[in-house]
Amino acid sequence: MGSMRYLIIIVGAVLVNNFVLNRFLGCCPFLGVSKKTETALGMSGAVMFVMTVASAVTWLLDRFLLAPFGLGYVHTLAFILVIASLVQFIDIAMKRFMPPLHAALGIFLPLITTNCAVLGVAELNCKNGTPFFESVLFSFAAALGFGFALVLFSGIREKLAHANPPRCFRGVALALVTAGLLSLAFMGFSGLVKLPY
Amino acid sequence: MTPILTATLIIAAVGALAALALAVADKYLAVKEDPRIGLVTAALPGANCGGCGFAGCGAYARALVDGTAAPGACTAADAACAAEIGRILGVAAEATEKRVALVLCCGTRSEAVRIGDYNGLCDCSAAHATAGGDKGCRFGCLGYGACANVCPRNAIRIEDGLAAVDKRLCIGCGKCVAACPRKLIRLVPAKATVHVLCNNPLRGPEVNKVCGVGCMGCHLCEKNAGGKEAGHFAFEGFLARVNYDNPPTDAQLVAKCPRHCIREDAHYETGK
Repeated sequence: MGSMRYLIIIVGAVLVNNFVLNRFLGCCPFLGVSKKTETALGMSGAVMFVMTVASAVTWLLDRFLLAPFGLGYVHTLAFILVIASLVQFIDIAMKRFMPPLHAALGIFLPLITTNCAVLGVAELNCKNGTPFFESVLFSFAAALGFGFALVLFSGIREKLAHANPPRCFRGVALALVTAGLLSLAFMGFSGLVKLPY
Repeated sequence: MTPILTATLIIAAVGALAALALAVADKYLAVKEDPRIGLVTAALPGANCGGCGFAGCGAYARALVDGTAAPGACTAADAACAAEIGRILGVAAEATEKRVALVLCCGTRSEAVRIGDYNGLCDCSAAHATAGGDKGCRFGCLGYGACANVCPRNAIRIEDGLAAVDKRLCIGCGKCVAACPRKLIRLVPAKATVHVLCNNPLRGPEVNKVCGVGCMGCHLCEKNAGGKEAGHFAFEGFLARVNYDNPPTDAQLVAKCPRHCIREDAHYETGK
């Protein structure tokens, strides 16, 4: 039963309730760094890393510091504070201990300090009141879904770069239309699994 | 304790803790980078044009300090900038010769014959692919601005159906050279003043049919510039090309060209 539940959480976060295409979180990097698949992969890696670590830290912060004092209403502020400094800390530490990984993630790491997908996953965990491991798993799966959508979208955009649309559609307009169609396609996954939450 | 005080204290404590952790990390986990990387990055023009072949000025500065790149590779840097970088790195900077883009065509709308009306996409590659475009000369500038669209400095504008490069804005990154479907943009030394603005190597009568100012390869410029031995010109079919390793300086050549395709300083000045 346990492993089935984890599988449902993963499928739910990647396909059914995809962060970008169904919840509309993290649209900024979705449009910003999706011109090339290579940069999209770098960004996905950084988001996956930050979201997993940030959700663990914010879960602990919420459970052991904010909840005992009845401070649920300031968790947005506290989460931003903690996530931003955490990412900065990871950036510094990674530069020292894992230079190749730091070079690979590069500029994307500081870029996502206050990405709404990162904050969103912390908020959702808090709202759903899930246990620690499930929260971290859900965050990782959500980031996986984000990366999946980003890589899909960048692949489409790379092909579209060679297309010849009417002038009024060029650039961002076409990107937004494409994002909308991709989102519509993902609506087809609704009802695929019965979500635990 | 009032709730507002609790909230303020807790958040302040979390913030202070995070700040402390970051300060400690910054001090004890700092990576000792070569300080010259910062200095070189500051000395570079910061255009991030990629003309040097690296991902940007930062990457080029890193390669310079590592010794894997030569100081002369930056096309946007002037001599003073190169000297400054040489001083920081302690190597003799080779004098970088500033190079700028030059459009090798002077067939304006009134001079060059148009053989049809082109109503397609306003793009040189598209026009070139559509039965060779609307210009009679298959080697001349189409004037749909493929070069102007890629220029990172907005140094190219289309005037009277021809691309014109502003010498003062051009940083010689070579993006327009790659973008031109007819390959008629070249990077030439900025100090060269006399240019042959034609790209048509066909013989005289054929050039004459399509353009009033096309080079016919009469060799008069070569004769006037001291003959073949002086080596100021090279010929490609029936087309004179300036030898930019040894460019002519005599302004008289301009007036003496019977086809008026030799021009002095072909670059437009902004605001004129």
